[in-house]
Amino acid sequence: MKIKRQQNLLMLSLVVLLTIIPLVIVKSPALKADGKEAELFTGADDKATLIIKELSPEYRPWFSPIMQPSSSEVASLLFSLQAAIGAGFIGYFFGSRAKGANTHVNANE
Amino acid sequence: MHIMEGFLPVKHAVGWSLATLPFMLLGLNAIKKQTTNKPELKMLLGVSAAFTFVLSALKIPSVTGSCSHPTGTALGAVLFGPLTMVPIGAIVLLFQTLLLAHGGLTTLGANIFSMAIMGPLVASLIYHLGKLVKLHLGVTIFLAASLADLLTYVTTSFQLALAFPDASGGFLTSFIKFSTLFALTQIPLAISEGFLTVIIFNMLNRYNSRELAALKIFEKKECLRQ
Repeated sequence: MKIKRQQNLLMLSLVVLLTIIPLVIVKSPALKADGKEAELFTGADDKATLIIKELSPEYRPWFSPIMQPSSSEVASLLFSLQAAIGAGFIGYFFGSRAKGANTHVNANE
Repeated sequence: MHIMEGFLPVKHAVGWSLATLPFMLLGLNAIKKQTTNKPELKMLLGVSAAFTFVLSALKIPSVTGSCSHPTGTALGAVLFGPLTMVPIGAIVLLFQTLLLAHGGLTTLGANIFSMAIMGPLVASLIYHLGKLVKLHLGVTIFLAASLADLLTYVTTSFQLALAFPDASGGFLTSFIKFSTLFALTQIPLAISEGFLTVIIFNMLNRYNSRELAALKIFEKKECLRQ
């Protein structure tokens, strides 16, 4: 079990590293024409719409979202809410199983 | 990864929605069967859904200078089979569409196809292949999750290239453009998703080996143990 825990910690650290490395190595791009700094780490979806505009400039989206989060702060609130709901359930699940499973695991060892 | 609202021509939007429909019906049926036959697995099904919920909410920076998010669909696909993940992935996508304006109703069919059908299918395929060649279970899960994540975005690139072919180079040029953005961005994220899925699998193995046995994940007392 100890080896397994170390494995999990190692994998988790690798995930953290994989997330941090881009923040360090990606250099901010040259200034835009209007002198403003181009934004880094925007969503890939937004960039895809730029490619679409480049491929077919005459295309107009024919439907727009029914509800837009009123600011990026509100959007991040909703995203963190989504993650919290999921993580909360997973935590509850493992917590509620930990007691019963311990005896089972011990029997296995 | 989700195609933004309105950014698929009507024909494509309808086409992908229709293509999704049979998988959705089969998926609902699969969930119904699984929960009636083995009601004790309901919580585990919830965990698979929750895992997708968490992972698809995490927008992670990538080496290309863009942000994207993992999908988390491989866990449920390996545990319950690919069809079960279709309705679950659809719920996550609907949540993000309605509340976050991330993705869209008109592009929901296409997004379900890439994230909730192709991803889980790939995961399931890799998992069974790995089992067949007796690959170490941890490695198998890692590959299944990473490739499911990556192929989800390749599918998105395919869908966009199909709808917006390049004026001179046609489909292929356009596909390369979209996949350079999506798939390249996704590579480090896919690796992360692989690790995260193995971690939760290890935890399930520790706390829920009985339920995993009920799903025939560990045959012949096979364990993630090294």
